[in-house]
Amino acid sequence: MARVLREVLRSGEFVVTSEIGPPKGSDVSKMSHHIEMLKDKVHALNVTDNQSSVMRYPSLGGAILIKERGGEPILQMTCRDRNRLALQGDLLFAYSRGIRNVLCLTGDAVPVGDHKTAKSVFDLDSTQLLRAIRTLESGKDMGGNTIEGKVEFCAGAIVTPEARPLEPQLMKFEKKVDCGAEFFQTQAIYDMDNFRRFMEYAGRFPVKILAGIVLLTSAKMAKYMTENVPGIFVPQTLIDELAQAPKGQALKKGIEIAARMVRAIKEEGLCAGVHIMAIGREEVVPEILQAAGIGFNGHKASDAGT
Amino acid sequence: MLLSQQKPLEEILGFLEREKNIFIFGCNGCAEASGTGGKPQVLEMKEALEKAGKKVTGFSVVDFLCQKALVQSRLRGKTKELKAADSILAMTCGVGVQAVAAVSNKITHPACNTLPLGGMRGEWQGSERCQECGDCVLDMTGGICPLTACSKFLLNGACGGTTKEGKCEVDQEMECGWRLIYERLEKLGQVEKLRQVYDPKDHSKMMPPKGLRLSERWALEQGK
Repeated sequence: MARVLREVLRSGEFVVTSEIGPPKGSDVSKMSHHIEMLKDKVHALNVTDNQSSVMRYPSLGGAILIKERGGEPILQMTCRDRNRLALQGDLLFAYSRGIRNVLCLTGDAVPVGDHKTAKSVFDLDSTQLLRAIRTLESGKDMGGNTIEGKVEFCAGAIVTPEARPLEPQLMKFEKKVDCGAEFFQTQAIYDMDNFRRFMEYAGRFPVKILAGIVLLTSAKMAKYMTENVPGIFVPQTLIDELAQAPKGQALKKGIEIAARMVRAIKEEGLCAGVHIMAIGREEVVPEILQAAGIGFNGHKASDAGT
Repeated sequence: MLLSQQKPLEEILGFLEREKNIFIFGCNGCAEASGTGGKPQVLEMKEALEKAGKKVTGFSVVDFLCQKALVQSRLRGKTKELKAADSILAMTCGVGVQAVAAVSNKITHPACNTLPLGGMRGEWQGSERCQECGDCVLDMTGGICPLTACSKFLLNGACGGTTKEGKCEVDQEMECGWRLIYERLEKLGQVEKLRQVYDPKDHSKMMPPKGLRLSERWALEQGK
């Protein structure tokens, strides 16, 4: 059985998490394959929640599948599609099914997805969802009513080290810490100097930071991300490196870059660990880990060799 | 018509806690009709503030506080009084507060909550919008409403969807409301206000109040 994430975070080991994107539909065979492939190679697996506002198989369903297969799920919960009743109810359900980790997100806007005419909810935001979890843990729901049975979650949130302007982003980060976030998975980072500066600041807080590593698959993708995706900066040197890769070798180069970053973060002890996102290419995550020299069995205390 | 209701005096005095010299704006439009921002209410407020130890440097009752050009022309006639004030108290609807905040360059506090009427009536020319949430938060946000300026109506700061140009991910033509709020607070030296964690909105306040629904005027409007 997998070790619980909170324990791993507290152990001081280099923490590795990755993510699974649920299918568009009810056929979970591919997702199950990804779970089998990754569950023993990382400490925990996120399941995205209607990512990019595209309707999919629910994160709760994916998290249960991971749990059933002996992995450690991190349930991603956005505030876009559910009001406070539904979010609290889902938290109770998740807990009853053995899910112990939640990543609290505000969620992408409805118009960026595939149901542009939908009503967006945002009854709560990420900070308020974190607080709602801590409220449930105290034995009360948000309406002040007593709930039966205990609830306990290792709650996390996200932070964008490359946000500009940075000051309000850091203030929101601190609010999330105040509201009970124990760990943070960052938006993709590519510039190590910027990340070092961010960690000089974030390292002062009693939370674990997992650096977001998003696999670059081509120079074109890298260029698109740095120009268009909010909160992402890809240095020109990396774009050039990808562009210079031999034809058909860009993905390999992307894996190499991701592995190099993971290795650097680990060797420098920059932060508690990494969160690897290979959006749609989950099958290459083991390659990234191998190339980064992360060869542990995720469910055992690797250093102790038990 | 926007219907407003004065906030409790304690809440208003809380906004003004660190300020001594206050300029009051009233409105002869909807706020006068609501009995919240006409001259009598402005004078009452002046007295209440003075009783609480504040100095009222001056006041002005403008025909329509939602009209920025009009507000600006009144501001010009009150330069001295405004300069002497630490902040402005706007006794009007959410649109009026935002219009004053936009043109005054001063910390502008809302004195009222704007009550929901169950739908928008009429139109106004400015860019300020009021959701009639019944629990005005403009004091915390530099006089820019997060419920209408942010496409996700967030209360605790920007999401991750602010583009590199400072626009909203939803629409490249739309400014990120929280970037505007941050810039305004920065200009006013109030960025620290962003540290407050806001509780979720009380959505029950977004329904037209029962007293209003039972009123004769409401019945007339519904053609009953």
